[in-house]
Amino acid sequence: MSSSSSPVEDTLGGTAGRPGSRLRSPTFRRTRSLTGIPLLWALPGVALVVAFIYVAFGAGAWYAFTSWDGVSASAPWVGLDNFKEIVNDPSARDALWHTLELTAAFVILVNVIGLSFALALNRTVKSRNWLRAALFAPVIVSPIAVSYVWQYIFAFTGPLNSLFGTLGLSSWQHDWLGDPDWAIWTILVLLVWQYAGLTMSFYLAGLQGIPEELDEAAAVDGASTAFRLRRVTLPLLAPATTVSVALTTIFGLRVFDQVVGLTEGGPGGATETLATQVYKQGFVQGRFGYSAAFALILTALVAIVSLTQIAVLRRREARL
Amino acid sequence: MGLFRYTIRTFGRELALILIAAIWWVPFYFLITVSLKPADELYTNPSGLPSHVEFSNFSSAWEGVGGVTLGDALKSSAIITAGSIAALIVIGSLCAYAIARREGRISTGLYALFVFGIIIPFQLGLIPIYVTMRKVGLAGTYPGTILLYTGLLMPLAVFLYTGFVRRLPRDYEEAAYVDGASRLRTFIRVVFPLLRPVTATVAMLATVIIWNDFFIQVIFLSGSPRLTLPVAVYSFVGQYASQWNLVFAAVIITILPLLAFYVFAQRQLIKGFSGGVKS
Repeated sequence: MSSSSSPVEDTLGGTAGRPGSRLRSPTFRRTRSLTGIPLLWALPGVALVVAFIYVAFGAGAWYAFTSWDGVSASAPWVGLDNFKEIVNDPSARDALWHTLELTAAFVILVNVIGLSFALALNRTVKSRNWLRAALFAPVIVSPIAVSYVWQYIFAFTGPLNSLFGTLGLSSWQHDWLGDPDWAIWTILVLLVWQYAGLTMSFYLAGLQGIPEELDEAAAVDGASTAFRLRRVTLPLLAPATTVSVALTTIFGLRVFDQVVGLTEGGPGGATETLATQVYKQGFVQGRFGYSAAFALILTALVAIVSLTQIAVLRRREARL
Repeated sequence: MGLFRYTIRTFGRELALILIAAIWWVPFYFLITVSLKPADELYTNPSGLPSHVEFSNFSSAWEGVGGVTLGDALKSSAIITAGSIAALIVIGSLCAYAIARREGRISTGLYALFVFGIIIPFQLGLIPIYVTMRKVGLAGTYPGTILLYTGLLMPLAVFLYTGFVRRLPRDYEEAAYVDGASRLRTFIRVVFPLLRPVTATVAMLATVIIWNDFFIQVIFLSGSPRLTLPVAVYSFVGQYASQWNLVFAAVIITILPLLAFYVFAQRQLIKGFSGGVKS
């Protein structure tokens, strides 16, 4: 490296700490060098992360293979029993299935809607700053608290059914929260409502990085709006899409607050998810080993999503 | 430039967007109107405006539940949020500075430790943390909860700070250091003020995450007198189910501090949230 650099670069360039830099002009000679901030400064942060993330994670993973009750001194090793129980118990299987179907529907809807908002808001619309602020507002509102507003809206005697009644659509009225087939979709509505503003902001940030001239050039060449969207805008939005899809998938897999606020997992377990099972089995029932098994499944799913996201981003970077 | 003009079609798009935003705000309409309704209008008039404004809903809600007023809960939420953010900023900025300004394998490894920590979900680790904290008497306390949030959000803070410090030229700090200031003094007087934009991002993201978090707070604080707002509202609903006017007053008290903050800082907040996309 140093053999190829010219003397000019050596005088002008600033690779501090290199042996040659001592030979620079005497006025620049350093009596003290700032390189080497003591690693001790990093210690509190490192200790916290090791304790609360890595050690805790390892201990939790260990518990998943025990039948620990959280009180006894010993945690009896039970091998794969907890996972066998999850596979064999229909209600546990349902919790996994609800999580997956809710996540899939949520990720598709919230990204399609957020992207549509972003495309509609980008450029020319005069009230765009107001609209963006209004659509983003639900993101910063306490999920558990705002869930109760939606519980009111979906209640049998609530405004949604009364609106259908007024419109002469009484056949559309349902006991949304009390019907096992409908209850999970009320959670979907709430999730999409709350996070469409977030995906919108991801896509808006992505759109800002696309030079206007590019789109304009395509338009001048006679490309239709649909063609430009498909061949110019969407490919350039790929990084924003990757981040947005990965993050909303993780939100979906972890869903807890909105379930507790709307249905508490009911009716009859129809809206239980992995996270509500982690909470109920462990912190309510005291079956910490079994609870940890649910959490380990949740972690594995999140890890798959995160690692896929990293791989996709890496490959794209390599291609550029 | 001239190609994307404001046309009649743009006007149509604008009207459609305003309509959608209005629909998006329907839950807030119910939140406000119901919180101001007298109890007897909840079923006779579920969707309309209240016939008269019933502010006493708010004073009733303020009484809270089980001896914990919403004032107490507000205080708990504020202490936990502020305490965690202070710790995140102090510990996170120092840690990131040391990592970013050192070269070599150790700092690369430490950086990876933090980045990888961002993607590890916290639910699994929460089980041993809860049991340990219960054993040593930290569960249900402010210091325990603050410590927990500081640990869980440290990867995010260090990640944001490190990225920022790496783009920061060394000239200022080297000048101060050559002038004889100690390393720590250089950091406090010169570097930390330059980190202000990223400190603001860390503080904003952590505020929204911690203030609104329910999972950790319901586990660690239930049954203690230090209920935070999300847990207080949850307990409140348990007691006043279907007294929606009171419940909604409690919901407003819970979300108002962040909404007020949002009104003033919405640009920075949206930017902070979407910051990860730029890379």
